[in-house]
Amino acid sequence: MHISDGVAPIPIAVAGALAALPGIAAGLKVLKEEQIPAAALMSAVLFLSTLVIRLPVGPSSVHPLLGGLAGLLLGWVSMPVFLISLFLQALLFQFGGITTLGINTFVMGMPAVMAYYLFNGRMNKARGSGRAFYWGAAAGMSAYLVSFFFWAGSLILCGKQLAAIAAIAFIPNLFVAAIEGIFTGFICSFLVRVYPAIFRMPVSDREGDGR
Amino acid sequence: MSCTTFFSGDTFIHRLDPRPKILVTLAFSLVVALSTNSGVLCAGLAAGIALSAMARIPSAALRKRLLRVNIFTAVLFIMVPATFPGKTAFTVISVQFSMEGILWSVSVTLKANAIVLVFAALVGTTDPFTLGHAFHHLRVPGKLTQLFLFTLRYLDVLHHEYVTLMRAMKARSFKPSMRLHTYRSFAWLTGMLLVRSLERSERILEAMKCRGFRGEFHVVRHFRFSTADAVFSAASFIVLAALLSCALTGAGRLW
Repeated sequence: MHISDGVAPIPIAVAGALAALPGIAAGLKVLKEEQIPAAALMSAVLFLSTLVIRLPVGPSSVHPLLGGLAGLLLGWVSMPVFLISLFLQALLFQFGGITTLGINTFVMGMPAVMAYYLFNGRMNKARGSGRAFYWGAAAGMSAYLVSFFFWAGSLILCGKQLAAIAAIAFIPNLFVAAIEGIFTGFICSFLVRVYPAIFRMPVSDREGDGR
Repeated sequence: MSCTTFFSGDTFIHRLDPRPKILVTLAFSLVVALSTNSGVLCAGLAAGIALSAMARIPSAALRKRLLRVNIFTAVLFIMVPATFPGKTAFTVISVQFSMEGILWSVSVTLKANAIVLVFAALVGTTDPFTLGHAFHHLRVPGKLTQLFLFTLRYLDVLHHEYVTLMRAMKARSFKPSMRLHTYRSFAWLTGMLLVRSLERSERILEAMKCRGFRGEFHVVRHFRFSTADAVFSAASFIVLAALLSCALTGAGRLW
């Protein structure tokens, strides 16, 4: 779910960058220095998983996006994390692009932040992996769908002629969102059993910020 | 996959100071994205081709990247002219393809390819760690640079862990198929990687504290802005200024 270079006219590209900027700044502000290694390593895992893991669907396969998971684990820090991974994708594999880095960061990062506000607290209170699965699935699916709507919205802003592409992409993406939800749910139920403290990082951010 | 795959080589473009390379790429992308002038777009594409030829980028790698970009633009060519209002260029089974839609798709294709080529030739020829170093000099916030460098540093390490875990799964005859079992296995794999990465990050933090880390990477070797860099910056500035003025005035429009 990327807007490619060349599609976005300058006003849209600049507006996207301006929209993403406060979020990135907020993420950097709450990120404490001693959390940088943890945040960086988790973002490396998220980056890797979205590249190497292919969930089979019929004869084809889909890559997970893991926006919801990023939000649950990193909170606001997912904004700078997505900025970096999108830059790396443009650099190493030519997904997305350099002029659309701002829009794409917004499209991926803000739903993650939303998932953090909606589900991180519930995940920290979740006892038992069943609950964790449902909250994780909800986070993964909702973040994916919101990302899709942001993507479709910015595509239409880039040119009304692109509305048809966004419309055609809708039904398959509903399906992918469900798969993303199941996948995120399984990851969360695993993490709550094995290492529940992993969801505490963004919360300790907030406590640190209040001090 | 090695995450330090950049286009290694030893051309004069590789030896340029990364700071002007980054800035020129950024300025170039903005000018090209701004322009609707077909002449400017063709000139931009020519500049991209020239730069990647000068950087001797391996053609197989470049072809792969361009293919990825142009799969997307191919979709544009099918979809957009059929829905774009305007003069009909031709009709296929009662679907009217408009001239304006075709021209719009052409211009997006030119833009995308031009930006990809320049990006590959200038930023892609700098190894990512040097890029992090250059970001530091370009006053990118310190935490963002550190996050970038740490992510990059451990990508290969974590990829290695992924390969190990995957091999263990395959040894137990794991075969991906469209079943919940597959999704669960992949999820546990990701979860395991996350847990291990967090534990590793604690060890890294302790090791860094042991060595007196105070939240700052000290840059030992500074970049040197040489005559070649000055020539490159001046030449790019002139080309970019010319492209920008054509883009704004509409001079040199081809169609």
